[in-house]
Amino acid sequence: MLKYIVRRLFMLIPVLIGVSILTFSLIHLIPGDPARSMLGDKATEAQLESLQEELGLNDPYIVQYGRFLGDIVQGDLGTSIQSKEDIALQLLHKLPATIELTIFAMILAVVVGIVAGVIAAVKQYSWFDNISMTGALFGVSMPIFWLGLMMIFVFSVQLQLLPPSGRMSSSIELETITNFFLLDSILTLNWAAFKDTFFHLLMPGIALGTIPMAIIARMTRSSMLEVMKQDYIRTADAKGLKKHLVIFQHALKNAFLPVLTVIGLQFGLLLGGAVLTETIFSWPGVGRYVYLAVLGRDYPVVQSTILIIAIIFVMVNLLTDLLYKYFDPRIKYE
Amino acid sequence: MTQDTPLLEVKNLHTHFFTKAGVVKAVDGIDFKVNPGETLGIVGESGSGKSITAMSILGLIPSPPGKIVEGEINFKGENLLNKSQKQMRKIRGPEIAMVFQDPMTSLNPVFTVEKQLLETILAHENMSKKQAKERALELLNLVGIPDPENRLKNYPHEFSGGMRQRVMIAIALSCNPSLLIADEPTTALDVTIQAQILELFKRMQKELNMAIVMITHDLGVVSEVCDRVMVMYAGKPAEFSETKHLFKKGKHPYTLGLINSIPKITPDKQKLEAIDGVPPDLRSLPKGCSFAPRCKHVMDSCLSNDPDIREVDDDHFVRCLLYEDSKKAVTT
Repeated sequence: MLKYIVRRLFMLIPVLIGVSILTFSLIHLIPGDPARSMLGDKATEAQLESLQEELGLNDPYIVQYGRFLGDIVQGDLGTSIQSKEDIALQLLHKLPATIELTIFAMILAVVVGIVAGVIAAVKQYSWFDNISMTGALFGVSMPIFWLGLMMIFVFSVQLQLLPPSGRMSSSIELETITNFFLLDSILTLNWAAFKDTFFHLLMPGIALGTIPMAIIARMTRSSMLEVMKQDYIRTADAKGLKKHLVIFQHALKNAFLPVLTVIGLQFGLLLGGAVLTETIFSWPGVGRYVYLAVLGRDYPVVQSTILIIAIIFVMVNLLTDLLYKYFDPRIKYE
Repeated sequence: MTQDTPLLEVKNLHTHFFTKAGVVKAVDGIDFKVNPGETLGIVGESGSGKSITAMSILGLIPSPPGKIVEGEINFKGENLLNKSQKQMRKIRGPEIAMVFQDPMTSLNPVFTVEKQLLETILAHENMSKKQAKERALELLNLVGIPDPENRLKNYPHEFSGGMRQRVMIAIALSCNPSLLIADEPTTALDVTIQAQILELFKRMQKELNMAIVMITHDLGVVSEVCDRVMVMYAGKPAEFSETKHLFKKGKHPYTLGLINSIPKITPDKQKLEAIDGVPPDLRSLPKGCSFAPRCKHVMDSCLSNDPDIREVDDDHFVRCLLYEDSKKAVTT
């Protein structure tokens, strides 16, 4: 097991080199450069030239890439060209925001998705099955930005129930420890902040969680239908076990493996793909940070952040793979 | 309970499946009794309704599409068909337990044997977890699993087929049922293991004094363990008699076909006899006797008349027009 983990961690190296080359090439392929976006349209050629020189943008690509890689290996994520701030320090604030949002969205997706999927499978072809699966189809097909805007329109503008943007109202004060606001408000027993943060999380959480929720519901349903036909379910029934034990223990644990795969993949995707949601809800997370960096051609920010997201993505997948063993003892890691 | 009152009495049971392609009459009017402590064999080809009979008794017919449309299943004098699923769950396990055909797939692969044994015991018996574990160890010992203490922690995939079937039997016996239904318990096992498992059934029955319904397609198994036997064909009983009597004086052409198709070990090679044709489509049974199209002794009347079951000898019943003039018809 330990050997397996170590081997998987070593496999991380080529993956990360690949990711770094890809991001480096892509960001440099887009027209425009940070010097121009910093100086604006009115700058003279000479000013542009000198800033480019100063930022090292005139060096050959291979030199620039080498410099980036060298810094990363030493644990230095670099400084933002635009804000001149340390990227690692910025990520320390942005990452918790994104992770908090992602975990919230995933909990929502997993709980609702699995419960809906199980009920739909147990009551196959019932009205619940039909409605929830039609809902799931809508869920997967719904563009996040549209859903987000509609929610803001209904719940913030019309009903004025939920805040349209941000992580917390400016009137609330919270002593930050971990930068996970929900966690911090629990740790400091600040219930006003907890409530406020929770309300801020609701809409972006739902917007972000809708697609995975729909995928998880559909996956759970089909997997459960498959498992419910198995002989060991008949055995469990023949043993006189209560129905909920047969469904939620005997069937669900077996049906969970493909669902777990989906959860792992979606979790990784959400971490890196919250760009739309974070932009719509002005969520101060990594997605929005990268989005703004791409607009400003802030090369170091884009490169470093994407690398960090890639590491998290691979880690989440590794964790998923390790969790398989819990759900299926037949799996061996070699 | 005396020998006169049967433990289980199935009367005129009809279990049908309502599919898009038509009504499948999987069980179409069977009657039988099981006395306390005896072993009844139910024999027939695949699709003859043996397993559906067993599932009907336990109330585990998947519905829809399946439905028991007629009949009674009296267990200890109470009709099980009048019971709710909740009441049935209290009967499954402590009263009627079941062992299934394929031990490779009948145990849940993601739970330890301990969990699967304990949950059955805890669901029905008023025991602490510790007591239940002691009971589980006792059961594994009883069914002949070596080193039970360590084996409890194993998962099904860490057991061989024969050992898994022993675990299944231990689970079935865990709440001391008065009736054990074994649905082809040895079919998936190789011959030496088969013999061991049958031996185990016989020993358990003696020790625990329970009745067994042994469902099988193997007349060898029947001769080994059953007191009485019912031969089924296309959802109906074809013949019913004491086991020894059946092997000596079996009358129904289908029974005779089954007996003749057992390979015999003789010095000179003989061609193995087989019953020609295939079992009928249960959605559209032929008019008259359903075995007629495959019967060597078919008569014109067989194609139009569906015979009643008749007692041809003491405690020997046959459903065949060849014996129409025998004693009396016993069922409708």
